[in-house]
Amino acid sequence: MKKTNWFHYAAPQTFYGLAGQAWPWFAVLATVLMLAGLWLGFAVAPTDAQQGEGYRIIFVHVPASWMSMVIYLAMAFWSVLGLTFNTRLSGMMTRALAPTGALFAFLSLWTGALWGKPMWGAWWVWDARLTSELILFFLYLGYIALTSAIDDTRRSDRAGALIAIVGAINVPIIYFSVKWWNTLHQGASVSLTKAPSMAHLMLWSMLLMALAFWFYTMALVLYRVRTLILQRESHATWVQELEEVKP
Amino acid sequence: MRWDSWSDFWAMGGYALYVWGSVGVTALLLALEVLQARSAHRQTLAQLKAERAVAQLPIEELM
Amino acid sequence: MSGSAFMAVLRRDLLLAMRRKSEVLTAVFFFVVVAALFPLGIGPELNTLRLVAPGVLWVGALLSSMLALQRLFEADYRDGTLEQMALSPTPMPVLISAKLLAHWLVSGVPLVLLAPVLGLQFDLSADALLTLTLALLLGTPILSLVGGIGAALTLGVRGGGVLLSLLVLPLFIPVLVFGAGAVEAQASGLGAQAHFSILMAMLLPAAFFSPFACAAALRIALE
Repeated sequence: MKKTNWFHYAAPQTFYGLAGQAWPWFAVLATVLMLAGLWLGFAVAPTDAQQGEGYRIIFVHVPASWMSMVIYLAMAFWSVLGLTFNTRLSGMMTRALAPTGALFAFLSLWTGALWGKPMWGAWWVWDARLTSELILFFLYLGYIALTSAIDDTRRSDRAGALIAIVGAINVPIIYFSVKWWNTLHQGASVSLTKAPSMAHLMLWSMLLMALAFWFYTMALVLYRVRTLILQRESHATWVQELEEVKP
Repeated sequence: MRWDSWSDFWAMGGYALYVWGSVGVTALLLALEVLQARSAHRQTLAQLKAERAVAQLPIEELM
Repeated sequence: MSGSAFMAVLRRDLLLAMRRKSEVLTAVFFFVVVAALFPLGIGPELNTLRLVAPGVLWVGALLSSMLALQRLFEADYRDGTLEQMALSPTPMPVLISAKLLAHWLVSGVPLVLLAPVLGLQFDLSADALLTLTLALLLGTPILSLVGGIGAALTLGVRGGGVLLSLLVLPLFIPVLVFGAGAVEAQASGLGAQAHFSILMAMLLPAAFFSPFACAAALRIALE
């Protein structure tokens, strides 16, 4: 049986086609899931005993946080692939993932603040998870800043890959440090993670929204990487012969 | 359905600012991200088309 | 063979640092300035100063280290020495370890020595001063080691200094948390043992892996 040549899929030309086929489906899925999640979360799910209607922010806050972490892991994964196998596509995928990851990290912080204010009385509480999220946001900014500042594409990709990997190794260390720091200084838990015993409906809404964000990300990143492929491979014959490019 | 009326829904039990501030900004930023991606793609295509058109011009026209 | 190459690089870097004293002193001076300015900004109330001292002094040390990191590879990159190092028979991580050690001796050790003196301005007790010094002794090498990776990645890049700071900031935070935490733990009577253990647990892997990571980063920069 012929062994799958994975490198075939790593060829920008092949991936361009694959991504082109896939992203519309993911976009549709994302839309459907988001509508379902929002419906469930905002129209059906019950009021929380302690937090009233304000708790509904978790339906965007938690999925955004999860995505910001998952995307960073994905970036680290592609970075390892890129440095190991020297594939051009890996650098492009990492670069395509970064802006969305940064956006979700920002949204996590923004919604976290809007959740914290009515619940804990302050726009920013140095909760271990929010603080770790802030540092994750800086990791994203660092990657984007570094790759933007280096003009040479190959060097830029590889430097970005290295910083993504170093950052990924650091994330658990950072989280551990911040947790330690937080429990020492705050004592009584000011924890935004302690959602009160979740009613089933609440949990489902959150999961639906998380899935929605996941498919949104996949659709958008695949779309974005196609743009990157076109830019970088612009002199290749296959690009010149694309329908979209014919004048 | 949890809500008795639309105004109840928008009021979100008093938390309107926070809930809609969160959901609203999320929706806005995600939409902007999509628009930006589409715009970048279109720009790239336009640029490639222009380059292609120039490349196809007979030499005389370029002189 | 590697040993003598290591010593050669170490000696060379120390000599160069001695010749360019102003570069070295800038970062150290920054530390002093930060420590002097904070009380002026916060007020002379000793109880408050004693409370904020560990954090303030550690942040000062961190910022000073960020400043000093810029000169770690710059000069060698510009005059081609770095390429020579990459081509030499001695493994690059060995040569980089020598550079990192020299860097710490010149930029980190002064902070360790100055800290107890500056700590007096914050009315820290003798025990607290000792804890602070030991914590910095363990922490500043980590800053040099981990910061070196950032310095290597941003060689010759636009906006180098600020970019470098942004890159190393998340990497420095655990050191800051446990370093400052050690002094606070000691002051509150809990003892800094756990903090020192954790700092050590961060220092040893950093000392081992950082030269390799720096070598990888430098090769990327040199291509």
